[in-house]
Amino acid sequence: METLIVLAWRNIWRNKRRTLITAASIFFAVLLSTLMVSIQKGAWDRMEENVVNYYFGYVQIHAKGYWQDRSLDLTFAAVDSLLQLPQWVSGVAVAVPRIESFALAAHADNTTGVMVVGIDPVREHEMTRLRERMVAGTYFDHVREPALLLADGVAQRLNATVGDTVVLLSQGYHGVNAAGKYAVKGLVHFASPDLNRQMVYLPLAVARYFYGADSLLTSIALKVTDKDKVPQVLAQLRQQLDTTRYEVMDWHEMMPELVEARAVDTAGNYLMLLILYLIVSFGIFGTILMMTAERTYEFGVLLAIGMKRIQLSVEVWLEILFIALLGTLAGFVASFPVVYYFHRHPIDFSSSKEIAETYAQFGFEPIFPAAFEPFVFLSQALVVLCITTLLALYPFWKIARLDPVKAMRH
Amino acid sequence: MIVIKAQGLTKVYNPDTVPVHALRSVDLEVHQGEFTAIVGPSGSGKTTLLNILGGLDRPTAGKVWINGTDISTLSENKLIDFRRDHIGFVFQSYNLIPVLTARENAEFVMLLQKWPRAERLARTEQLLREVGLADKMDYRPSQLSGGQQQRVAVVRALAPKPRFILADEPTANLDSVSTRNLLDIMARLNEEERVTFLFSTHDQRVIERARRVVTLEDGKIVADETFDR
Repeated sequence: METLIVLAWRNIWRNKRRTLITAASIFFAVLLSTLMVSIQKGAWDRMEENVVNYYFGYVQIHAKGYWQDRSLDLTFAAVDSLLQLPQWVSGVAVAVPRIESFALAAHADNTTGVMVVGIDPVREHEMTRLRERMVAGTYFDHVREPALLLADGVAQRLNATVGDTVVLLSQGYHGVNAAGKYAVKGLVHFASPDLNRQMVYLPLAVARYFYGADSLLTSIALKVTDKDKVPQVLAQLRQQLDTTRYEVMDWHEMMPELVEARAVDTAGNYLMLLILYLIVSFGIFGTILMMTAERTYEFGVLLAIGMKRIQLSVEVWLEILFIALLGTLAGFVASFPVVYYFHRHPIDFSSSKEIAETYAQFGFEPIFPAAFEPFVFLSQALVVLCITTLLALYPFWKIARLDPVKAMRH
Repeated sequence: MIVIKAQGLTKVYNPDTVPVHALRSVDLEVHQGEFTAIVGPSGSGKTTLLNILGGLDRPTAGKVWINGTDISTLSENKLIDFRRDHIGFVFQSYNLIPVLTARENAEFVMLLQKWPRAERLARTEQLLREVGLADKMDYRPSQLSGGQQQRVAVVRALAPKPRFILADEPTANLDSVSTRNLLDIMARLNEEERVTFLFSTHDQRVIERARRVVTLEDGKIVADETFDR
């Protein structure tokens, strides 16, 4: 084997230029595919983080059937045991109580549909860092403060700002009329365009009064200590809660459209990757074809003097493997700084209003950071390496059929 | 002792389309230590005969025994092993492995045969010295002249101590000085190591050194002469 390795290593440098060009094509394949996957993953992770971490939470508890109808009639009592979940369910950091429903918001001559959410200011901030999202005015001081916070997208639509009064109209618990007017205490900004154009916050007690749903909640959102432990948290909750009264959902179940959109986008990305891999594969295969065709005579001689076909095939396979390793390792190493740069300095289209609005229509922020994850680097390097290694099986087929006498006449 | 025995060797190329009779019922015996040249005009069947005797090609009819083994009964893999262990080859165009040094080329077949390293090195060094390449052992083929490369090829063929060496026009690409040197070396090794040499050639300089000359014409042996040289 040592002889084969030495032979293979020296053989690849017989034609330095070809080796370097082939390695370069593998290098760029690894680099580009890693960058593509990293940016795609980074953009979706950011979107999920914006939507999940900053509002929905990874897990929510509702009254049975609530998520299907989103009706205030399907509320549940805010019992202490639920609010103290972190004490008896491991992996839960904070339980955030909410009451929420849709309403019509009006200011002067402007109206818009909004989601009015009653929150516990302290707990909400612990999970969603809402206070840090303030762009004007101040945060709630307590749960009974008769004021509201507007997402700045809503504020723009209503042409309202801090200190203005906004009227909310909705249908409350069991069909009662819900109406109220509140001073705008502050404006918050969300990275998610969807949240930005519909969120309105009221303190929990004020919202309950508005909806006529005293002591009731529509959801408890849970902040988990580790998002990878969501399945365990779900399992514990489903085991310990009365599932005839409550439903426990993770964000995948709550937002299947987001999961599907990501899956569709990922599939499109794989198609692009497939095209990239195909182009690179043809390039590499061209090298392999040349390599085997121009050395037919040499192969014939080696077989004649007693080298076994399998030894010769492995030697040629090793040559291609070495070239693939060179390109893959170089691509792998080069990907780190490139992806890291785009991780720290995301591609940002927010300066272009037109592009930003286009992305906002699809629910995306116009900012695309690259995910900096070892799995992405490794997987792309491995895929390219596997493709090359598979292509390198061609010499096995070629050498198995080689007639030394004919080869030496080549 | 008979090293090679061929009986009724017939080779027909393209039997189904335009048949070409390269060999027509050739019988031949080669004894241990012979220094034999197979001569004849182009297309007379010299290379075909050598290929079949060396187990590189299979006859359409007839049999070949090497040291008593009927090689026509060997499978493809067994035949490769048999060639590696019993036959040395020297080809017309040197065909050394370009990325290996003279020493590494010389020991290549021994490596395939898994000779112990020390013995391998000692044997190749001794032979390379004997053929006048002591100072060129670490040179690659591209750094050697044609004659030097052919000497390395002879050492490669001879180093694993084969039963016989088949050389297909070994001097075809060499100048007269290199040819004379190579023939001197092969003649000396033939005597010292008692290795059987079988050449195909139409080089008169080689024919004059051979102790036996087998003449082929149209795939048949038309003369088989022995000389006392």
